[in-house]
Order: sequence, then C-alpha cells, then structure tokens
Amino acid sequence: MKEDVRVLVVDDELIMRDSLSDWLREDGYNVVAVEDGPRALEKVKAEEWDVLIVDLKMPGMDGIEVMREVKKLNKEIPVIIMTAYATVDTAVRAMKEGAYDYIVKPFNPEEIGLTIRKIVNQQRLIRENIYLRQELRRQFQFKDIITKNPKMQKVLELVRSVAKTASTVLIEGESGTGKELIARAIHSCSARRKNPFVAVSCAALPETLLETELFGHEKGAFTGAIASKKGRFELADKGTVFLDEIGEISLQTQVKLLRFLEEKEFTRIGGTKPASVDVRILSATNKNLGKLVGEEKFREDLYYRLNVVCIKLPPLRERMEDIPLLTEHFLEKYRIENDKEIRGISEEAMELLLRYGWPGNVRELENAIESAVVVTKGSLIEPQDLPGTVTSLEEKGYRLGKSKSLHDMEKEYISYMLEACGWNVKKCAETLGIDRTTLYNRMKKYRLKKC
Amino acid sequence: MGDDILQSLKAAIAEKFENDCRILGALEIPDDAFDPQRKQYASTPVLREIVATAPADTKKILGVVDVDLCVPILTFVFGRAQMNGKAAVVSLFRLRQEYYGLTPNPDLLRARASKEAMHELGHTFGLTHCADCRCVMYLSNSVRNIDIKARDFCEGCSGLLSAFKL
Repeated sequence: MKEDVRVLVVDDELIMRDSLSDWLREDGYNVVAVEDGPRALEKVKAEEWDVLIVDLKMPGMDGIEVMREVKKLNKEIPVIIMTAYATVDTAVRAMKEGAYDYIVKPFNPEEIGLTIRKIVNQQRLIRENIYLRQELRRQFQFKDIITKNPKMQKVLELVRSVAKTASTVLIEGESGTGKELIARAIHSCSARRKNPFVAVSCAALPETLLETELFGHEKGAFTGAIASKKGRFELADKGTVFLDEIGEISLQTQVKLLRFLEEKEFTRIGGTKPASVDVRILSATNKNLGKLVGEEKFREDLYYRLNVVCIKLPPLRERMEDIPLLTEHFLEKYRIENDKEIRGISEEAMELLLRYGWPGNVRELENAIESAVVVTKGSLIEPQDLPGTVTSLEEKGYRLGKSKSLHDMEKEYISYMLEACGWNVKKCAETLGIDRTTLYNRMKKYRLKKC
Repeated sequence: MGDDILQSLKAAIAEKFENDCRILGALEIPDDAFDPQRKQYASTPVLREIVATAPADTKKILGVVDVDLCVPILTFVFGRAQMNGKAAVVSLFRLRQEYYGLTPNPDLLRARASKEAMHELGHTFGLTHCADCRCVMYLSNSVRNIDIKARDFCEGCSGLLSAFKL
C-alpha cells in the first residue's frame, strides 16, 4: 500500500514543493513538504520516513548538508537529491555522500515514480530479509545452541526428551563443543529450571579442594576452615549439578561421588551427620570414559551411574554447515559488545573459516570472531582480521585445486587436514574417514611431519 | 478541436459517472500559463481558469486542451486534477499520433482522451494511481501505457469510486 510509504520533500521553492507533493499524492504516497534543512531535520527527528527527496540548491543548508545531517540521525533513510542545475561534479558528490539517486528537474514522471518504487521494494526486501534471518535463527536456535546440522538436531531432540526425566546424563564431546550449553539446556527444559544450576569444573580444582567444593565442610575440618561451608550439592538442592571434566576426578573422589549417587546422601568434610539433597547430576567429558574404565582409571560402577543417557556432541569440523550461522551469531554478539558498525564478513574470510579444521571447536570460532571484531578497521570482516591460526593455512598455500596430480592433491590435502587438526592424528583420521594406520602410512609415504 | 471528440467524451463520462454532462464554451487559456523557456503551458493556472469558469451547480468540471501541459517538477503531463477537488484537465497534445510523427488516428485519439479523462476525473473523486496496468487509474507516462490500459476502472477502484461518490 503506497499510503504506508512516507515521503518527505525538501525544497525552498514553493512551486516545486507543491507540484512534486501533488504528483506524489496522486501516485498514492503519504507526502509532507518542508522548505529548508532545519525543518527537515526536525521532521526526521520526530517521525519515521521511507524516502527523502531533497533539493540540492537551497539557501543556508544545501541538499548534501541536509542529507549528511539526516544520515547522522538515521543512516538507513534513502535520500534522493534533485537539482535543476545538474553537473557531473554535483552528481558525483551527491552519490559519494550516500544519495540513493540523483535526478534532474524537471523530471520525467516515469523516472521519479520508478525510483521511489525501487526504494520501496528495496526497503521491503531489507525488512523481509531481517525478518527471515530472525526466523531462521529462531528455527536453528534452541536455548543458545545454533545449528542446522542433522547430528546436532538429533542431539537437541535428545536434550528435549531427556530433560523431562530424572536420569543422569553424560555429555561427551571435544573441548569447545558446547557441553555446558547442552547441560544448561537440559536444566532449563526440566522441571528443575526454577532451581539452581551449579557447574563445577572438576579439572580446575585439586582433589581435596574438589571434595570440599562438592560436599562442603564443617568448621575446623582442616586448617583454615574457620566456618562451615555448604558444598555445591547442597547449594544446588532441587536443581542440577553439572560436573565438567568428570574424567579428571581421582579414584578417591569417585568413590564418594558414587556413594552420593547411590544413596542420595553425603557427609560434609569433617562432619559426622549425613545429609540428603535432591539434585540431578549431569556430567561431561572430553575424554573417552569407556577407555578410562578399561585402563582402570575410572570406576566402572560410577561410569554406568553417570552414563544412563549419553549425548555425544560432534566436533565443529563435522558440522561445517553451522559455521555461517554461528559466525553471524557471534558477529552480532561482539558487534554489540564492542559497539562497532560491522555489516558482516567478506566471502574470502568466510571461505577461510569454512576451510579451517577448528580443533578448538565452537569456542575457537567464537574467540576468532571476537578477535576479528576487535581488530577490524572496516565494516566488513576481511581475511587479515582473522587470527593467524585460521589464516596461516592459506598463507602456506594449502589451497585446494592448485595441485596438478592426484598424488600432489592427496599430499596437500592430508597435510592441510593435519595442520587444521593441530597434528592430532586420531582427529585427522576421523575427519578424513580413514583409520589411523592408513593415515600413518600416508604420512610416511609423503614424509609429512610436524615442523 | 473537433466536436466529435468532445461528444465522445461527454457520452463516456455521462455513462460512467451516471450524471448529466454538458459541454461548455471554449476555454480561454490564461497568458501566464505559458512558460516561454519550456514552450509549454503550466497546468496550475489552466486548472485555476477552469474552476473560475465552472457554473455554480457544477459537481465536476473537465477541461480539454490542445496545448502541451506541464508542472514545474515534471517534463510533461497528459493531464492534471485537483485531488478530491472539482476540476481536472486533459491535454490532447501528446495523445495525437502526429506528435510522434505518425499518421493521425481519430479512433485512437478518442480512446486515449477518454481514458485520460476518466483517469483525471478519478483523481477528483479521491482515487490515487492503481497498480493494475489494465485499470484506467494506472499511472501512464507514455501513450504506450495508455493504449494498454482499459477504458474502465478495475474492481477495486470502482468500489472506491462508488464509496467516494456517496
């Protein structure tokens, strides 16, 4: 509906103002006309406009100055500059300053109508695009987890169904794949969501401290225990405890944890009276717990207690289709945090992100984008804004398609993947879809060694 | 200007707007309407003159001129109207085949004049341009566009017209 399109005409000549406004009204637009820049700025401050049509030559502020000031207030408003005194210089100046179009008075009726229609269509497309992006994000977003990868979608389905139960859940995935996010998602979809979610990083604390953290201690339990302290299990009563890096806990702590899981009771360090709490245990590991059980580094009974439901998170290199979505999400996050005008990422930079192996997974991608947002001087993230780890592969010339023979191609590709996986042979073999022995044979054949 | 064209317009208007339609005497185009630089006639003074000559009982008045009309902001206009007002004007100048170096075609001229008359009178009833290129309220910037559109209002514009006429 054209009535919805608001046009502000700025021209010092009454006759021009009136005839343009009349004509635009006949064409169905909602038009307001003012005679100078200051009045135009007042109107732009006070109301929303779809298009501004501004005369170039006006006493006081000329059309380009008006446009400049208008753009400071709202850089999105399309401005058409019109003039009766057209020169190439003024046209170039107007366009450089950000005019949408430059038209010469008197204009062909078709010309101005077409220009406004073009603007209206473009604005509509922009609005539609913003809407669709939001919808897309909503579609691929679940509790801060953004994905369109089928494996991850299955993970999310599992998260939804397991959240309603009371089962313990073991989340397996490489470092940076978002294990804590999944744990938080389970908690926030569960009946416990209004109660605390308490995360404990088991690797960050030495054994004795970890036990104190988990179970709490009584006053005088050890030197420095000047007051009794509640443990994380108590703090999380009726909520969820997330034990990250569970593979790192000592066998002694494992015994205590097992007892707690079996009896739902615990005793504070230095205490005698057992206490009970109602918590759900979620745990996560970047190690192969089954293997640790085989090596007798992890108690089998505890393993089965924790692993009632197992959620395996794929590494980022197995969900490359999520890279553009995640990049956009992080760009938006860090653009706002750093208050920077960033439109997006260049095709070349995106290509690099898609080629890289991301051994540090989503966390590494997030860090890369955060750093690029901070570093960039332009409005578009370019390859040089990305961290060296991401771009170094490119510098070393690992560009696919440059090689001539299959032999060279295979050598380069394996070399590229090894580099991308941080020379982790197991990871690299998995990514390439071959077993480790085959990869070692190829490395030997091509004499590939970490420099 | 040939009487036949005025007669055909009178018949078309009377039928469409279901009202008496009279042909008045010749219109005097005011001197100040002529723009010597553009060698065209400004449509505003012409419209003003049309309003001035309208008899008191006139609901709507349409001027038909044979000069090239313009408005300050546009290179030319086929016609002009007072939006929601009384008066409208159409120019036959650019509707004639001769203007484009072609053989005169009285039937085509009558058809074009009728469409433009309906269009401008539509504005006086408050109708704005229509997106349907077959509707007479479609914005025509060339005779090609005029020839494409029908002589009548589309369903939507007809509905609005009867609402406005009330």
